[in-house]
Formats: sequence, C-alpha cells, structure tokens
Amino acid sequence: MRFVVFRKADDFTEAGAMPSRELVTAMLAYNRRMIDTGVLLDGMGLKPSREGVRVLFDGTGTSVVDGPFTESKELVAGFSLLQTRTREEALEWLRRWPAEDAPVRLELRQVIEEGDA
Amino acid sequence: MSAVPDTHRAIDAVWRIESARLIAGLARIVRDVGLAEDLAQEALVAALEQWPEAGIPDNPGAWLMATAKHRAIDGIRHEQMADRKREEIAHEMDVIHEPDLDAQADDDIGDDLLTLIFTACHPVLNTEGRIALTLRLVGSLTTPEIARAFVVPEKTMAQRIVRAKKTLKTAGVSFETPHGEERDERLASVLEVVYAIFNEGYSATAGDDWMRPALTEDALRLGRILAGLAPTEPEVHGLMALMEIQASRAKARTDADGVPILLLDQDRSRWDQLLIRRGLAALERAEDLAAGHPGPYTLQAAIAACHARAREPGDTDWDRIALLYANLATRTGSPVVELNRAVAVGMARGPEAGLELVEQLVAGGDLEGYHLLPSVRGDLLAKLGRDDEARAEFERAAAMTANQRERALLLERAAETDR
Repeated sequence: MRFVVFRKADDFTEAGAMPSRELVTAMLAYNRRMIDTGVLLDGMGLKPSREGVRVLFDGTGTSVVDGPFTESKELVAGFSLLQTRTREEALEWLRRWPAEDAPVRLELRQVIEEGDA
Repeated sequence: MSAVPDTHRAIDAVWRIESARLIAGLARIVRDVGLAEDLAQEALVAALEQWPEAGIPDNPGAWLMATAKHRAIDGIRHEQMADRKREEIAHEMDVIHEPDLDAQADDDIGDDLLTLIFTACHPVLNTEGRIALTLRLVGSLTTPEIARAFVVPEKTMAQRIVRAKKTLKTAGVSFETPHGEERDERLASVLEVVYAIFNEGYSATAGDDWMRPALTEDALRLGRILAGLAPTEPEVHGLMALMEIQASRAKARTDADGVPILLLDQDRSRWDQLLIRRGLAALERAEDLAAGHPGPYTLQAAIAACHARAREPGDTDWDRIALLYANLATRTGSPVVELNRAVAVGMARGPEAGLELVEQLVAGGDLEGYHLLPSVRGDLLAKLGRDDEARAEFERAAAMTANQRERALLLERAAETDR
C-alpha cells in the first residue's frame, strides 16, 4: 500500500527560509534510510504559497487567485510518497521524522489503490 | 481503551523496518542465519514484554540489537565453554557491543544485509526454500503471511523454512559475500528469486487473498534494497526496471471481471506513470552500467520500455523491439524468445516476414506442444487472409492449452475467421 506524507507549512516555510544545515543533513539521512529499505518512492519540497495560485471553478467560470494564502496551518510545504506493507509501518516512519524539524505537523494519507471500495 | 494493541502494532512495524538489518548484523557475529534469526526473535519477544510498559525506545533498532547480543552472549556463556571458537565469538561481541552499533558505518550493515540476501538465495537451497527464506529474513514477512501468499498450509511453510535453515547449516554455508565469478552466479540466483516472487504476485487473480498480489510490492521492495546495496550491478537495475514497468500496468491488465486484457488493448491512461518513470530511470542506469552488453533482465526491461514509451499502440517501435528480442534470443538461446521476435517482426515488417520466422521455429520442433506457436502462426495467417489455415491453427492451439480462458479466446478467434 502507498501513503503520502504531507509536511504541513508553517511561518518558517511560508517565509521561504532555508532550513538549517543540521536539518538538511538529518533529512537526507532520513530519506536515505527509507530509500535503502525500499520504502521511499518520491518526494519533494514546495515553494511558499506566495508563489502559488488557486484556480476556482464556480460552475459559470473560473477565477484565479494569487498566493500567498493565509491559513498557513492547512497549507502543504512538501510531501513524500511511501510504499509499505502496513499502515503501522508508514506511521512508524513518520515517528522517525528528524527531530531537527520540530515543531512540525505531518499528515499521513493512504493512496486509493485498485480494489479499494 | 487499551494501549497494548497499539503498542503491539507499533512493535510489528518496528520489526518490519529493523528485522533484516538486525538478523544480518547478528548473522555476521554468530555466523549462522538460523541462530541469528532466533536471537532476533528473542529480542522481539523481549520488546513485546517491555515496550508496552516502558514505551518504545528512541532508537528501537539499537535496542533490539543490544538485547539480541546480550542473549547471544548469555547463551554462549551458559553452555560449556569447551569450544575455543565460541569464546572468540563471545569476545568479539563484547568488543563491538553497542552503542557503537548505530555509529557503525551504514556501509557495514549494508554489507551484512547483502550477505544475508546472498545466503538466503544460496544454491544449496531449492527454489522454494530460497523464496521462503528471502521473504522471511529479508522481506520481514511472517511465516503465516508467506504461507497465505503461496496458498500452502502454515505448517508446510514453517517446515520449508526450518529445512532451508538446516540445509544452510549442514552444508556449512559461511556468512560471506561471494567474489569474482562466483559472485556473478550467486547474484543471478538472487535476481531469479526476486523475479520469481514478483511473478508469483503478478499472476494472482481477482478473488485471491490480497497477500498474493502484495508479493509484487515485496519483490519491488527487495529489488530496491538490492539496488541500494549493489548499485554498480547492471542487471540489478535491469530487473528493477523490468519489474517497475510491468507493475505499472497492473491496473490496466484485467477488466472488471478479472479477464486479462492484452497489452495492445489496454487503456494506457491507467498505466502508473510514476512506476514507468522509475522504471525508465532504472533502465537508463542499467544500460549505462552494461556498457553495450546488456543482460537478459535489462533487455527485457528495454522491450517493456518500448511499450511504456508509446502513447498509443500504433506508436510502438516494433523495429527496436524485434532487435532487442534478437539480442535476447542470442543471449538466452530460448525458442520462446524467438517466437516473440517473430511477433515483433510481424508488427514491424508485416505478417509475411513474421510468418517466415515462425515457419523456421515449426521446422526446428523446439516448441512442439507449446500452444502459443500455433496461436501466433494463426494470427499471422489471419492477417494474410489465409483464413482456413488460420482457423486450423487457432483450433489446434485451443486444444493444446489447459487454461480455460485462453481456450475460449482462441476458439473465439477460430470462429471469427469463419466470417
């Protein structure tokens, strides 16, 4: 089964600040571990929402709204795609997220697969 | 609201992540994968006893390793220390006791893990034993899970695993990574085992226990681990590419009733583009490393890639596929590959050219009794408008296959040529 891990945005990521060297090192080691275990399929970090746009369809037409978006807690700063045998295993990987990134909010979501109702 | 089951599930997850490295590290010390697994299991039991109360340690992998090592030392000390070698092992374990385990270079653990894979796929074991041991020791599956995946009673699978471990021990298989020519042969065995696991999962049909199709994911995961451990081996990436590209079609290859859909009839929008991308990247790596001499997995992956790259069936580069099959036929000497080449040539240069190759195969007699030979011949004859001959071939093919679905399909084609 596959899971997406969302790393939620915060003031820091929304400001477009560069992560510390410690965090980068820890993050690389963390990802490396997941690659070595055959778990990490894909992943990337995202630029702040001020560089994003929203497109809204209301049934009659579209409107385009430029970022930044204010509800930063709901925004996403990056994601990883994991393949694990169980949900618990994916959760265990989340528990191992680098402490250097704290405080951080992560969200685990399962990918819809063939055969899911 | 009890916290215990949650902790147990968490421990189960820790086990899935850590057990292969744990067993590999222990096997290097005790030089016996069976014993190493027993020790790892004892550590797991200790975790199940202690973690629900004490909480999961910060570094669960190191905790399990330290516990397993203490068990090993205890076990050895409790026995009569007559054997000098045992003393040396015990000494060695004292010297390398944690916490330096985690500081121990990841490369060392990587080497141990690679050795574990080589050992589980050792040629003294039969294929069934290799597959079972690899899934158990490297894939971290439980015996009941493996039994369910292979649709055999749990007891049978347990015996199979015990027997495999015993065979390794009796044969005196040392816990070492092979070198030189032997390494090539042993690596071939490893790749064969991984691909066999993949195919077992891929051949699962609708209604099967989900544990069966999950084997493809297990194989992909084993392949990815292997690619990390042996990054310079072209065929490791070749196999990875082949599996990823094949897996990319999983959703498109059967209809809602589970009836197989032929490659050229599949809805390509349902192919998994992420897996295709990963497969093509792995293929590129394999081809770079192979430096003009691609092995059988890389060649098969290259053929699969020709289909993956084509947005529509009509865009397929059949000339290249025919060329790749020719190369593969030379490498493997397989008449089945040659038959595939005939199909590709038929697509690239017309049914006449394909039929010419098929006639050679018929004359050669190697594929006598193989239903796909008259099936392919019938297809090419039908394209040439030789309907009577085509129908006879389809009927012959139908009589040769034991697969009900395939037979129905062939008889349908025979009936079509009547119109």
